[in-house]
Amino acid sequence: MTEPIAYGQTPPLTARRSLLRRPTSTAGLWGWITTVDHKRIGIMYGVSAFVFFLLGGIEALLLRLQLGGPNQHVLSASAYNQVFTMHGTTMIFLVIMPMAAAFANYLVPIMIGARDVAFPRLNAFGFWTFLAGGLFMYSSFLLGGAPNGGWFGYVPQTLKAYSPGHNIDFWVFGLQILGIASLTGAINLIVTIINMRAPGMSFMRMPIFVWMSLVAQFLLLFALPVITVALFLLMFDRQFGGHFFDAQAGADPLLWQHLFWIFGHPEVYILILPAMGIVSEVLPVYARKPLFGYAVKVFSGIAIGFMGWGVWAHHMFATGLGPVAISAFGLSTMFIAVPTGVKIFNWLGTLWGGKLRITTPFLFAVGFVAMFTIGGLSGVTHAVVPADTQQTDTYYIVAHFHYVMFGGSIFGLFAGVYYWAPKVTGKMLSDFLGKIHFWLMLVGFNLTFGPMHILGLQGQPRRIYTYPAGRGWEFWNLVSTIGAFTIAASIVVFIVNVIRTKISDQPNVGADPWDARTLEWTIPSPPPEYNFAEEPLVTARDELWHRKYDEDGDGRAIRRELDYPVVMDEVPDEVHVHMPSPSYWPLVASFTLPAVAYGMIYRAWPVAIAAGVVEITALYSWALEPSTAPPDPDEGTEDHGPELDSGEPAAAELETADAD
Amino acid sequence: MAATVHDPVEADDDVLHHSATGLSNEKIAMWAFLASDCLLFGALISTYILYRGRSVVGPYPHGVYDIPYTSVSSFVLLMSSLTMVLALSAIQRNDQRRLRIWLLTTALLGTVFIGGQVYEFTSFVRMGLKIHTNLFGSSFFVLTGFHGTHVFIGVLMLMSLFSLSLKGKLPQEKAQTVELVGLYWHFVDVIWILIFTLVYLIPS
Repeated sequence: MTEPIAYGQTPPLTARRSLLRRPTSTAGLWGWITTVDHKRIGIMYGVSAFVFFLLGGIEALLLRLQLGGPNQHVLSASAYNQVFTMHGTTMIFLVIMPMAAAFANYLVPIMIGARDVAFPRLNAFGFWTFLAGGLFMYSSFLLGGAPNGGWFGYVPQTLKAYSPGHNIDFWVFGLQILGIASLTGAINLIVTIINMRAPGMSFMRMPIFVWMSLVAQFLLLFALPVITVALFLLMFDRQFGGHFFDAQAGADPLLWQHLFWIFGHPEVYILILPAMGIVSEVLPVYARKPLFGYAVKVFSGIAIGFMGWGVWAHHMFATGLGPVAISAFGLSTMFIAVPTGVKIFNWLGTLWGGKLRITTPFLFAVGFVAMFTIGGLSGVTHAVVPADTQQTDTYYIVAHFHYVMFGGSIFGLFAGVYYWAPKVTGKMLSDFLGKIHFWLMLVGFNLTFGPMHILGLQGQPRRIYTYPAGRGWEFWNLVSTIGAFTIAASIVVFIVNVIRTKISDQPNVGADPWDARTLEWTIPSPPPEYNFAEEPLVTARDELWHRKYDEDGDGRAIRRELDYPVVMDEVPDEVHVHMPSPSYWPLVASFTLPAVAYGMIYRAWPVAIAAGVVEITALYSWALEPSTAPPDPDEGTEDHGPELDSGEPAAAELETADAD
Repeated sequence: MAATVHDPVEADDDVLHHSATGLSNEKIAMWAFLASDCLLFGALISTYILYRGRSVVGPYPHGVYDIPYTSVSSFVLLMSSLTMVLALSAIQRNDQRRLRIWLLTTALLGTVFIGGQVYEFTSFVRMGLKIHTNLFGSSFFVLTGFHGTHVFIGVLMLMSLFSLSLKGKLPQEKAQTVELVGLYWHFVDVIWILIFTLVYLIPS
């Protein structure tokens, strides 16, 4: 319950009541640590997710080294289980989800013409909690072994009787911490998109990325509690002797699979929808045409959001659900391919007849469409229940979901990285190196995962740590391993590109280097903390494009002759916008969560209780701290210049107490 | 500062602070959180119903439930929703004295409910039902305990509001904060009606 600071009103002097002195500086390392700026938080999400991407990638290379030939000894069976579990968990929860969060955090407020998200400190809390959860899970490698039950953690395998170590405990608690991070992020972005759109930014004028993020956040909002309950029940079974998944006590272990996949299938769309949104932003810019069928695109995204709840049991066709259930879920799975297919045709329609500019973001976006189509088609083969029964737990499944998650999400996210890098940094990534990155990655990706279709149909099971010679699996496994290292090489090219760009003395690219269509390109690169010096008034979908171009009678774009600049290339002087102040409390509240978890895992109850007390203190201090600190009296009068805005309304963030 | 946008708008203070929907951010956030919480309780209640009658050893529900007792504590919790409404109405009329009375009464009724639950749990444990006894024990304690934790958090928030009001930091303009806590409180109440019906009243 903080004071809502009305326009022009001096915030009350309540900061002295807090335990820690309120951070005031936004400079240096502490500036980043205490920041509540959605753009900095977005960048931190992106950088952390990329570091986890490298870790997950190294794990993937270890797996491929082990499987490159029969009877290899790179990893022991036990190490293999840990590495494949952490590879999957990392790539889903610590790479694609936070990478999507990075784009959403950075872009959504700007795209809708807002100055920040609805709850800036809750946003910081979400990021730090994600980082704390990721580090917590990785700390298991140093503390006796990483999670080893697969990213899906099926019971009874993950029960104490069969997994007696702490490996699974790290997974259970780690995912719960990450769930808190995602839940706060989802609430924050939903409120931001619904409530903070600039004047004129109606729902049907919102950029498609904002739409797809909104659908994904709603999926998160409703999917996360389900996996939270599943993890909660497993935690009770493992820590407190519960019987939720104990068949001998009359329980049904399939309950885990139902709960997990009721979360897990919407999760697939949580991972892919933001990438679809990115591709839908990128293609129109380089085709110099509006997105084909915007409304259909929006509604198919929403349709996917709804239908995604009715297909979960296709992950369980081999568990004996009975003919009625599997028929129903088989059909619903085929139906969900329809809105997905509609989207693919929309992208093709966008490209059709466009004046294509073959840039790196464009290539990644087209790569997304092609690879995702392959993954989508192999997905439809899973809907055919008899075929799926053959494919279950083989490398065919591995091939399928990597075409969707890597060929889909990762390609889409890289399209976004190359497209928005000049906005975030003010510098353009090298197009030449970018294209090398793209082609190496495309070839490497298909070499790695294409052969897995064949291996799967030949019967190579998933999750085996080695295989004997003479099954006919050697050749394609070797090809796959070579492909994996080709992908690694492409990532090295990307890193070189980023570093070269970073140290180059390239002049600032200006506000709109791509001749783009949406609001983020009207403001300087990188944008000032307050984003918009003046709140934009939106009059059209693709607002910036319509400010720049008119149409002639044949629908061709004609550049408007204007005597004023359409975009703002440089940060103007003398803009006084009162933005939310930095804060320590989100950070403290985040990093006490792993402390609670360590205390519970090692049954060090005083640690857990002490951490819990710190957590509650942090939440209270946060709730009582005004979102905008009082101005520093030593700073003279300059700070009291004309304010355009007093920052976002202070968040009555008492509800965060129950979000935890 | 140069005019930079085509058709520049004069910065209108009201527009700047206007939300796109006319609702406050906090209220939408609370509704979103409660929607999410529905799924949380939905999954827990489903688990309980799925496992109803599947325990292989006792004690069984009909052997431990004391319906009249739980009915009374349910009634207490339901009444707390009424006092919550009175608290909100008081702050909206800027009646700080009644606001404090009703906030305290609501918190007190919530505490009585939690106390009743603690007593109930204790008596169940005395009858030999623990979390690790059987499926019933596991699913009953986790579901109702989870709900009790929600009530407890609600009581904490009510007491925080009460102390803010004592310090004079809960003026009429902040009626929304009371309304938000009220939303949460009514939600927890409604969930209890579901739990009481599905868990206690429907015989297994």
